[in-house]
Amino acid sequence: MKPAPEITFVGQALLGSGQLFAPLSLTLLAGRWTCLLGGSGVGKSTVLRLMAGLQTDAVFDGTIRASDGADLAPRISYMAQDDLLLPWATVTQNITLGARLRGEKPDQARLKRLLERVRLTDHAQKKPAQLSGGQRQRVALARTLMEDKPVILLDEPFSALDAQTRAEMQELAVELLAGRTVLLVTHDPGEAARLGHAIMVMEQSGLTHCPPPETEVPRQVDDLETLAAQASLLRLLRGEAA
Amino acid sequence: MRYLPALAAAVFAMAVWQTVVSLTDLPKFILPGPMLVAETWWKSRWLIAEHTLTTGIEVLIGLAAGAALGILTAIQLATSRMARVLVQPMLVFTQALPVFALAPILTLWLGYGLWSKVAMAVLIIYFPVTSSFFDGLMRTPPGYLDLARTMQATSRAVLWQIRVPAALPNLASGLRLAAVYAPIGAVIGEWVGASKGLGYLMLLANGRAKTDLMFAAMLTLGVLSVLLHIAVRKATAPMAGEAR
Repeated sequence: MKPAPEITFVGQALLGSGQLFAPLSLTLLAGRWTCLLGGSGVGKSTVLRLMAGLQTDAVFDGTIRASDGADLAPRISYMAQDDLLLPWATVTQNITLGARLRGEKPDQARLKRLLERVRLTDHAQKKPAQLSGGQRQRVALARTLMEDKPVILLDEPFSALDAQTRAEMQELAVELLAGRTVLLVTHDPGEAARLGHAIMVMEQSGLTHCPPPETEVPRQVDDLETLAAQASLLRLLRGEAA
Repeated sequence: MRYLPALAAAVFAMAVWQTVVSLTDLPKFILPGPMLVAETWWKSRWLIAEHTLTTGIEVLIGLAAGAALGILTAIQLATSRMARVLVQPMLVFTQALPVFALAPILTLWLGYGLWSKVAMAVLIIYFPVTSSFFDGLMRTPPGYLDLARTMQATSRAVLWQIRVPAALPNLASGLRLAAVYAPIGAVIGEWVGASKGLGYLMLLANGRAKTDLMFAAMLTLGVLSVLLHIAVRKATAPMAGEAR
């Protein structure tokens, strides 16, 4: 993997005649997890989609830059709430989708290693319909990692999972994505408090930087400082003073 | 076991048919009873078989050619905006024309033989195949396309590895419709001008007041259509994502 860059997002998004979000400045620390927390409709997914170079309904007025100045698009990997597994393809075929779409030969050794790390070696030839929700999301994580990109954009990837599976997936993701620049868009204050090296709350009026707990990620769910951070994030989301 | 309800329905229909014939005492050139039709069918089985073979060949060639043409058109339409602008309105227009009106012209152009009937079958199934497959190709779940975009996929790879496989269930329903329509096309072609085929036989029998033979030919055509439909349904099951 190439070294992970720092990414700076500066700008506003216009939606029709109105404003989706006011001018904001967001920095993703190199090799760190940045959590962007907010309610629905504040445009947090739009921020992520703009970084990913995907189509949005909004018109973007601003810049997105990597610290090394190189083009961002070929260096990102994207994971969404929907696992986006192709139902007609096997687990292996889904994980190696990127290589197949670019007409490259998938790296078999890497595939094997990843299958082991997400504990899916026994399921490699199964179709997604035969897997549980957690297993499917592990396939999606393996597919994201197979791309071996330094920048990872996560759009609420764990929000459809049950509580246990979600906690497991969060820990697995932190372990496997170490050293990469990660943007996690989420509406769950608990998730942001567990995973963020930097935590921002997004509202229509702009971003609020919130100090993360000082412990290392992934933080324990019962860590007092993490729980306090979660509570203050929730207060902020509900419009109460932190 | 799965065909038991269909069998029961057939027996019921026969019973109703026989009852109507017995009660009304209609002359047999108006409405022959099921027994008489069965007897005629057996007596003329070689004649009927010969004409069934002709119609069967027309239908199969028509189905294959129409499906291939429909699939190619749908892919062309899905990949080229230009094709959508130029071809799509025309496609709708050809569908708005009644096939009956085109049959004499096709016979004039292609003659009394096999090809005018094949052309009719192609014409009648071309639209359902094209339109259902095209709809599927244009409705790829947007998440797949987002993912492919972040993976720097070429549009060719996206077409063959994502859009086409995602649209196969739609293609399957188009092909299933086509299997039902294709025999109609062939028979219309035979009515307009032919010297062979079940449509020709029906017309001939009707003209000579051999209503029992007409019924026998018609029921054979029905059975042929149903068998074709079942075969196509089975063949397209993996495409439709069934029985996986």
